[in-house]
Amino acid sequence: MYDKSVAELSQGLREGQFSSLEVTRSFLDRIAALDGNLNSFISVDEGAALRAAEDADRRLAAGDATALTGIPVAHKDIFCTEGLRTSCGSRMLDNFIPPYDATVIHRFKRAGAVMLGKTNMDEFAMGSSNETSYYGPARNPWDTQRVPGGSSGGSAAAVAGRLTPAATGTDTGGSIRQPAALCGITGLKPTYGRVSRLGMIAFASSLDQGGPMARSALDCALLLNTMAGHDPQDSTSSTVPAEDYSEGLDRPLDGLRIGLPSQYFNEGLDTATGERVRAALTELQSQGATLVEVSLPNSALSIPAYYIIAPAEASTNLSRFDGVRYGYRCQDPVDLQDLYSRTRAEGFGEEVKRRILVGTYALSAGYYDAYYKKAQQVRRLIKQDFMDCFEAVDVIAGPTTIGPAFALGAKIDNPIAMYLEDVYTLAVNLAGLPALSLPAGFVGGLPVGLQLIGRHFDESRLLHVAHRFQQATDWHLRAPDTIGSEAAR
Amino acid sequence: MQLEPVIGLEVHLQLATRSKIFSGSATRFGAEPNTQASAVDLAMPGMLPVLNGYAVACAVKFGLGIGAQISRRSVFDRKNYFYPDLPKGYQISQFDAPIVGRGNFEISMQDGSTRSIGITRAHLEEDAGKSLHEDFHGQTGIDLNRAGTPLLEIVSEPDIRNAAEAVAYLRALHSLVTYLGISDGNMAEGSMRCDINISLRPMGNATLGTRTEIKNVNSFRFVEKAIHHEVERQADIIEGGGNVVQETRLYDADRDETRSMRSKEVANDYRYFPEPDLLPVVIDEAYIEAIRGELPELPTEKRHRFREQYGLSNYDANVLSDTRALGDYFETVVATCQSPKISANWVQVELLRQLNRDDTAIEHCPVSAGQLGGLILRILDNTISGKIAKQVFEAMWKGQGSADEIIEQRGLKQVSDGDQLETMVDAVIAANATQVAQFIVANEDKRKKLIGFFVGQVMKLSKGQANPQIVNTLLAQKLK
Repeated sequence: MYDKSVAELSQGLREGQFSSLEVTRSFLDRIAALDGNLNSFISVDEGAALRAAEDADRRLAAGDATALTGIPVAHKDIFCTEGLRTSCGSRMLDNFIPPYDATVIHRFKRAGAVMLGKTNMDEFAMGSSNETSYYGPARNPWDTQRVPGGSSGGSAAAVAGRLTPAATGTDTGGSIRQPAALCGITGLKPTYGRVSRLGMIAFASSLDQGGPMARSALDCALLLNTMAGHDPQDSTSSTVPAEDYSEGLDRPLDGLRIGLPSQYFNEGLDTATGERVRAALTELQSQGATLVEVSLPNSALSIPAYYIIAPAEASTNLSRFDGVRYGYRCQDPVDLQDLYSRTRAEGFGEEVKRRILVGTYALSAGYYDAYYKKAQQVRRLIKQDFMDCFEAVDVIAGPTTIGPAFALGAKIDNPIAMYLEDVYTLAVNLAGLPALSLPAGFVGGLPVGLQLIGRHFDESRLLHVAHRFQQATDWHLRAPDTIGSEAAR
Repeated sequence: MQLEPVIGLEVHLQLATRSKIFSGSATRFGAEPNTQASAVDLAMPGMLPVLNGYAVACAVKFGLGIGAQISRRSVFDRKNYFYPDLPKGYQISQFDAPIVGRGNFEISMQDGSTRSIGITRAHLEEDAGKSLHEDFHGQTGIDLNRAGTPLLEIVSEPDIRNAAEAVAYLRALHSLVTYLGISDGNMAEGSMRCDINISLRPMGNATLGTRTEIKNVNSFRFVEKAIHHEVERQADIIEGGGNVVQETRLYDADRDETRSMRSKEVANDYRYFPEPDLLPVVIDEAYIEAIRGELPELPTEKRHRFREQYGLSNYDANVLSDTRALGDYFETVVATCQSPKISANWVQVELLRQLNRDDTAIEHCPVSAGQLGGLILRILDNTISGKIAKQVFEAMWKGQGSADEIIEQRGLKQVSDGDQLETMVDAVIAANATQVAQFIVANEDKRKKLIGFFVGQVMKLSKGQANPQIVNTLLAQKLK
């Protein structure tokens, strides 16, 4: 059961091959058996999941089902869930139970999906290894001594470990794509504004975007169908109509032009990973796509620009966590200043504090023009680079990461090395573009990802290309052995 | 050394929207604490602001009302600081790109002269909540009902030179915004709050002196007193050879003084940057024209029209155009009785006096404009005298009926019948032989006074109902 895709489960449920209750139970059992190793969940709500499964079975019986009715889904613990603790991976919100659902959660509930629980993540989505989580790191199912990536590491590990058929993630600088690549799953960061941010705890408002994480492009398309669409309560949500993203995925790739930026195949890229990515591109070429050399000349500026803009926005987004209304509050504050400083010193972890300090500095009087304003100018240049490329090509492709998953602890004390993890993913967020990572093969038994970047609101094309690739390859079907064998008992 | 005060005002105007500027919560005044605070107002995690379109319309109305530039693209910014009544840890405001740009504002002084005050800008922002320091046994309570209430901050140029001008400016502003219907202008409830920037310089000097800012003054009278006090304080410092310190001060109405606020204010760096949760506000020509079409006649326009159409003095035109409702009332009275002059007097003297006495708003006036016009008609056609009319007006105020009904019921009709009046005049002459004797030998001046005495006696005899003109004529004939 747990090895089935969302599409297969959806069909089986509607044909009555099995019930949602059975499906849900099988995944809950697997979580109970394996998550002690993976630590991919922060909260699991069995009772609510089973009740939702029963409701879904009634809808299925009544013929009132959507593609996701009865499908178990895990949500990154950054999406607020009514009545269920939403920690954002932080001590600050360890006791926070939202009285509302995020729009994304609301949409999944409306579709009849079953929420298994909330997945582990880097604290406030700040990290590329899941190691900044207050709840300890999620582990990579392919090698539990290695990181699953981050910040949506729990979601990626849970999907890869077959603890859930699908999950949600958020991506501010690569937080869906990088863990998807390191865990060997498919993850899509939609165009900025495609998926509502309401109820999604903000890290960097102008960069954050929620998206689907699943085993295949088709499954991601089914999830995106539920997630995408205008939300009048999110002013940055787009009014461009959402599409049926599962439609027309089987079309041939004839005429497709794929741009390969020279800057994404440089000396920083692990050789074996580069080879896997090139092989994947050759496969697409064999299906009728044309490969075109392109250039993103300002690409190297994306890391400095990102590490000004994202911390600047984060520094003020996180001001609300002050111990006054909800969340962590220090013991016996002597005055207001003490309440603020001890609550925040004790409630936030090191990486979060580092970024708040960087962001506060970047916005300070006298530094604003040199840092924040300059970074915004660079951001426009980076976006323009992409726009220029898209004059000549339909999709831009390259590696998602510089190499496969690294060992736990390898980079946690070296923020700069950690920040460089996202060298191929950050620019996409700065430009607001959609991008997808899909399994492209293995290096030393560890998965690596191919990244596809599209024009604004061209999610359909990315899913189409990824789906065609997955029709011809089986990288996305491979499951980690150790996890699989343990569960098969 | 003659010192000249240089004053600029920042007015925080609460806009009359039903819901808050970035959430759907109500903005009603005086609700139980925290009953009008939503998840957005509480800055719960993941909550996002959505701009209230009506607040934008209010700002544009104001801009058009003072002939200012309306920004085709304005931007919201975050103003960052920590305070318990500021739930997000930042206030959403406008910094670099306010919605209303430079404008000009004509104000009328008591003596009828006018002054032009420059408006630097006006921008939209949200109000903070309230910290309640009493009743919590050394702790502080937070009421977030006010958090997110829409404000328009109106910044004047330092064109104001004294307290009288400052008050005239605020009164004119108050009149304009209530005309436009963009604020209830209720100062007691904090709908209009004022920060005063004030400095002194030697008369004729072009450079500005060091200024102080007096925060949150919330009545015209306090503005006047605070300015008087602060001008005096700064003058004493300068004349004593000292230097004014740039600082924020508070006006204490109870002690009638300003005093320095804690100096931590000085070091604030608000780290303004564009609010990424909101799109820039883009306004096109069609929108502006549509709003322009909704504008009522403005106070200045009405004042000019009242002078020309009704021949009113500057002063009368000012008073009667103070609010839209009063202007409308006056015009209905005129339409009924066709006499602008006497209407202006009645509205300004009797009506406003009664309204003041009963602390009633013109909107709730118990005597309708049509009824007052009806009363004035009876004066004009000599049915009653002006004096009797005041009695009738009192009765009308108490809801005892229309002018005609009251005159009829109480038999207050003026006596103009020559025979009846002649009988009375004869009686008065007969009863006051001494005065008649004096009259005969008196000079012109003395005679006028004595005629007044006789008229008074006739009026007394007639219980005020005698037609004074006819009585005068009769007396003149009889005493010749």
